[in-house]
Amino acid sequence: MENQYKLEVKNLDFYYDKFQALNDINMKVPAKKITALIGPSGCGKSTFLRTINRMNDLIENTHLTGEVLFDGNNIYAEKVDVVELRKKIGMVFQQPNPFPKSIYDNIAYGPRMHGLKNKEKLEELVVESLKKAALFDEVKDRLDKSALSLSGGQQQRLCIARALAVKPDILLMDEPASALDPVATAKIEDLIADLKNNYSIVIVTHSMQQAARVSDNTAFFLMGELIEYDTTETIFENPSDQRTEDYITGRFG
Amino acid sequence: MNDSRKSFHKELKELENEMLKMGSIVGESIQNSIEALIKKDLKLAEQIIKEDDIIDDYEVLLEEKCTRLIALQQPVAIDLRKIIVISKLATDLERIGDNASNIAYRVKEIAADQHIIEMSQLSEMSSLVVKQLKDSLKSFVDMDIELAKNVVENDLKVNKYDKEFKAELIKKMSKNCKQIAQGTSLMFISRFLERIGDHSTNICERTIYMKTGKRL
Repeated sequence: MENQYKLEVKNLDFYYDKFQALNDINMKVPAKKITALIGPSGCGKSTFLRTINRMNDLIENTHLTGEVLFDGNNIYAEKVDVVELRKKIGMVFQQPNPFPKSIYDNIAYGPRMHGLKNKEKLEELVVESLKKAALFDEVKDRLDKSALSLSGGQQQRLCIARALAVKPDILLMDEPASALDPVATAKIEDLIADLKNNYSIVIVTHSMQQAARVSDNTAFFLMGELIEYDTTETIFENPSDQRTEDYITGRFG
Repeated sequence: MNDSRKSFHKELKELENEMLKMGSIVGESIQNSIEALIKKDLKLAEQIIKEDDIIDDYEVLLEEKCTRLIALQQPVAIDLRKIIVISKLATDLERIGDNASNIAYRVKEIAADQHIIEMSQLSEMSSLVVKQLKDSLKSFVDMDIELAKNVVENDLKVNKYDKEFKAELIKKMSKNCKQIAQGTSLMFISRFLERIGDHSTNICERTIYMKTGKRL
């Protein structure tokens, strides 16, 4: 596995009130690679994803021990600016969630919030982000139209473009294609493959075929534990833990 | 175990059973080919040649089923390796069938003549070869790595039989050139049995890969 790591998770425990959802997770996420998180419902993979940009902070009665190091710095340390952190570690959700604004304003929203006022630079950024998200050609003539007029697949790529507009290092994706048809899914998967040249991507997916198709490394979670983490090739061809094999071959779950 | 892919695993089991049926026909074909040789039974030889078509059809059937399971079920890990290995085994079994059929053709060539050599050695060799095939298929079904390794080791015994039998034949032929025609056919028969042994070894090596994901 790749030696240059963007994230390093150390002894991570996470609790929803008294329920322990993650148990002693240790994991290194390589830079500019796609890391897939798989496992049955309730295994902790989405919870884990949300710990990477402190999205769980928004849920009441949760607490966490351990460390999540982003470029060597613990994101749970005191005085960490969470807004700044989420700019660096963006997130795309299962359901496309564009703002009820124009396509242009959806992309410009983040950079504006972070203080970019220059119109030319803003426009440049909008175009660049839409191009990176492989959406520009489809929407270039209607940037002022509502984002809600786009198809589901286009909306999801818009959300990816919106995440890219604030120039993140890491993109977290929580089942980004599960609400899309096969054609839109293929476009998202192609896009993810292109994006890894510039971003480190962590993706939660229920589709094991998708994990196998798009990711470089795969982590298998079960009941809050990281059972196995290896190259995707190894996980799907010859996993070393029987529980991983039982899960991916459908012998339980 | 709570199997969430019951129907797929049922189909996989059925595929395995089809492969074993093919193995059983092939095993019988080898035994019959040597019986035809020893008893000079031309009818039996003809039957073996005819039955080779059934074996060929099995290969196609298994290949098609393997392709369909891969396309429709997207198997991974042990399931994927098993399907790939069954597809390869089908080819090995088909080749074994060809060898049994080749023996039958040679039997037809030499059946009219008196045997120039005791057949006991060849009979022992064929018994070992059939046992090797049965054990190789048993190792596959039971995923028994130790048995698979034994079969691979025992192939040396098959090779030894082949070498010794050929040496005997060369002695005979060098003494009496009238025995060359039958001697050559018998050398081929020995060679066909030796090749069958190699295919059983292949089956075992693939079984080890299927179980462990690693090559021997």
